[in-house]
Amino acid sequence: MKRIYAREQYCINCRLCECFCKTAHSVSKDIIKAHKTEKPEPVSRLFVEGDNMLSFAVNCRHCDKPACVEACITGAMVKDPETGIVINNSERCVGCLSCVLACPYGAVKAGNIAYKCDLCRGEEMPACVKNCPNRALIYIEGGSER
Amino acid sequence: MLKEGQVRIPSGCAIAAIMDKQAKPFSGSEIIKSIALMRDRSNGLGGGFAAYGIYPEYKECFALHIFYDNNQAKTLAEEFLNNHFDIKMCGVIPTKPTAGIKNSPKIWRYFALPNKIRLNSSGKNEDEYTARCVIRINSSIPGAYVFSSGKNMGAFKAVGFPEEVGEFYMLDEYKAYLWTAHGRFPTNTPGWWGGAHPFTLLNWSIVHNGEISSYDANRRYVEMFGYKCNLQTDTEVITYLFDLLVRKQGLSLETAAKVLTAPDWDIIDAMEQEEKEKYTALRATYSGALINGPFSIILGFDGGLVALNDRLKLRALMAAEDKEKIYFASEESAIRVVCPNPDTLWSVEGGTPVVAKVRG
Amino acid sequence: MNFLNPEFQIIRDKDRCIKCGACVRQCSYEVHVSDKDTGELYTNDINCVACHRCTSICPTRTLTVKKNESVYRESANWTSDYINQIFRQAETGGVLLSGMSNPQPYPIYWDKILLNASQVTNPSIDPLREPMETRTYIGAKPDKIEFDSNGKLKTKMPPQVKLEMPIMFSAMSFGSISLNAQKSLAAAAQQCGTLFNTGEGGLHEELMPYKDCAIVQVASGRFGVSKEYLDMGRIIEIKIGQGAKPGIGGHLPGEKINEDVSKTRMIPIGTDAISPAPHHDIYSIEDLRQLVYSLKEATNYQKPVSVKIAAVHNSAAIASGIARAGADIIVLDGFRGGTGAAPVRIRDNVGIPIELALAAVDERLRSESLRSKVSLIAAGSFRNSADVVKGIALGADAVYIASAALIAMGCHMCRQCHTGKCNWGIATQRSDLVKRLNPEIMSQRAANLLTAWNHEIKEMLGGMGINSIDSLRGNRLMLRGIGLSQKELDILGIKHAGE
Repeated sequence: MKRIYAREQYCINCRLCECFCKTAHSVSKDIIKAHKTEKPEPVSRLFVEGDNMLSFAVNCRHCDKPACVEACITGAMVKDPETGIVINNSERCVGCLSCVLACPYGAVKAGNIAYKCDLCRGEEMPACVKNCPNRALIYIEGGSER
Repeated sequence: MLKEGQVRIPSGCAIAAIMDKQAKPFSGSEIIKSIALMRDRSNGLGGGFAAYGIYPEYKECFALHIFYDNNQAKTLAEEFLNNHFDIKMCGVIPTKPTAGIKNSPKIWRYFALPNKIRLNSSGKNEDEYTARCVIRINSSIPGAYVFSSGKNMGAFKAVGFPEEVGEFYMLDEYKAYLWTAHGRFPTNTPGWWGGAHPFTLLNWSIVHNGEISSYDANRRYVEMFGYKCNLQTDTEVITYLFDLLVRKQGLSLETAAKVLTAPDWDIIDAMEQEEKEKYTALRATYSGALINGPFSIILGFDGGLVALNDRLKLRALMAAEDKEKIYFASEESAIRVVCPNPDTLWSVEGGTPVVAKVRG
Repeated sequence: MNFLNPEFQIIRDKDRCIKCGACVRQCSYEVHVSDKDTGELYTNDINCVACHRCTSICPTRTLTVKKNESVYRESANWTSDYINQIFRQAETGGVLLSGMSNPQPYPIYWDKILLNASQVTNPSIDPLREPMETRTYIGAKPDKIEFDSNGKLKTKMPPQVKLEMPIMFSAMSFGSISLNAQKSLAAAAQQCGTLFNTGEGGLHEELMPYKDCAIVQVASGRFGVSKEYLDMGRIIEIKIGQGAKPGIGGHLPGEKINEDVSKTRMIPIGTDAISPAPHHDIYSIEDLRQLVYSLKEATNYQKPVSVKIAAVHNSAAIASGIARAGADIIVLDGFRGGTGAAPVRIRDNVGIPIELALAAVDERLRSESLRSKVSLIAAGSFRNSADVVKGIALGADAVYIASAALIAMGCHMCRQCHTGKCNWGIATQRSDLVKRLNPEIMSQRAANLLTAWNHEIKEMLGGMGINSIDSLRGNRLMLRGIGLSQKELDILGIKHAGE
């Protein structure tokens, strides 16, 4: 399946990926509203680790055998058998955060429930990749992940 | 109004040529008839002819045809000629009054051999010596203009329609094995006889239809080799290019034509290695001699002619052969008027020279 | 107390700002500051150089960089620039440095030259329908081409270099610009069938894949020069001078000599790389001849040797000397050319415009029948394809571009190259900044620029009824001056519009 890969040699720590992820996961899909007025405040599903010298965006690997899915106590976290995308169903998630603990990449974000990358739900190009100004994120067919 | 040479004047034109491959001389009436048919392509502001083989009795001498605007020019030019040449024979070129030909300058003809002492001390060969002398008269004696300087050949030109020019010079009374003709449609009215075509240098003569867009690149290129483009005309610069490439640099006529209308790089790239190297070297070295823009030319020389069209074939030029004669003209009808049913007739291809030489 | 009045002012539209902090993290000049406690964003306008990294990266286009509204009392004589420069010098006691090109309002002749087009008497040519050739061969040409009796080529051609378009990337060393920037130019040159120039900094090993489109430079410091280096390039260029700083050497400060630069330049880490003002083995033209032939000898006469000079008053005579000294290519660099660092006074006052130098040199070489023996390359601020067409019509075989290529890669001409803090990752060796320039993206942008210009050149050629760049070279009849004096027209060798 196609996955997002971070290339730290080109990551410039601008963190626009976070802004655009947040916008993509807002109701309004408007970057200013998403950040300034929308309630509840949308959550970015990826986050940049590091500083100007070394940084990269951490996001879900959509593992072949996802630890988060195994750890989920409600069945909210599922891997779509067709697309391979691992999605957290917010209706079912109770916020126990077992997935956060289980993820070996630290790619699931804790909030009142768990938030994670859904690859923009099958968009041709996820928002973070599309808006990365330096092609530090790429969306390509890769090998298997775990 | 500025005269030719002081300003660059683009022109459209008609051209024609007839040659006998056995070098059998024939009267000028045929070429006059051919060029006259294309009267629409000229506007009465210039016409002319070049004829090869017309002076067999003086074939060792350079035949200098000169226009003089006034007596002073004649005095100065003759002084120069006497210093640099031995004049074997001279006189007025015979003409007859013709409707449409007005304001004739004095037209003189000299059969001359380079002065031996001067020639030897110049370190140049006879041709180069004569060419330099011609260029010197034309650029330094106001009112004198050498319009023909070859051996056993001559150019005849004037302001007027070409058929009137033929009548004026009584060309039906001359016999040549090769005739070329030109009718001019300048977009300006210079009214100067020297500006009419053909343009000649030594045995070269050129009649040309078109306006080359590479003019200044070509001019500045040949001027590096001692030429001086006084007339600012396409024919002048094309003549010098041929003279440079063939006479001075020793290229064959065919190769020189391939320099002027070089094959496209795409075509060169697809050639066999050896050919590719050859054409790449030619194009890279002689890039300043590439002619661009629309033209069709007929270059006459001692013993033959080359007909050449621009690379994109932006000007008409037809050719025909009938027994021992070969014909060229801007329009097919101008060939058929003198040769109704030629053996073969074709359109000269862009960038592909047609070389015709007399036998033997 | 700082006497300086900020040159620029940053306006932040608070209604649009989402406080993402990208501006803070992106500004190497520390203009943008985020309050640790409140997260509010502020600006230190005094630091702003108008490089526009922040305005470009801001996802909501919140920021505007304006000229500072706070002004000194106006004076045509004591402009704010001159006042600020005195403040800076009074503070430091040093020579003022700057980057990029001469910003002074000297005449730009490109803008006073108009091109011709065909109407009626000859047809214009449609480049989409007809072949339109911009290929150019550079290198010395023989006096004539000879064939043997079988029609086989007898003349041995001196080394020629094929350019698919008459535009090359000018010298910018690794050191003055980042490796990523060099890599982008090298890849773009390769893609477009043209050349890039290493500058005086050696050829980094990561650029080896591009050696076939490299011009390797030999300058007065001889940094990075070795037999292998000379062998790798397509052309060897002796740099005598640079348009932006004629008569001045180069100085790459020790802090820019990191491990990579040190290796490539072959000097110890942290030492200043000083290129002397003259070559200390060239004090005259006969010395130049020796260096030209030493380099030819060293590379077995396989490569054209080029000599680059700054356009100065006596360029025509110098160029004639260079041609006679055996150079295959002469490069003329006009005084509007860029630089990674130059003393302001030199950059703004020394040298002459490329247009005049080019016209004078081409004419001189022709009058001495030398022009067809050498190639002539013009440099020093070709801003667009029309400048290129005009340059070739004045007599150049090809042109060098550098500033335009950097602009394609993000340079906003803030002229701070000498600070090494380039926010666009171009004129810097700081790894956090260098990585901002991704060669995958920027090589394509640089290549796009060349492709676009080449298309435009073809359009203009077609309009003139020309289908090969060969017929444009030196074709000054295609040019007319507008608003120029007779003297200027005479030097340019062109007529006035309407003539």
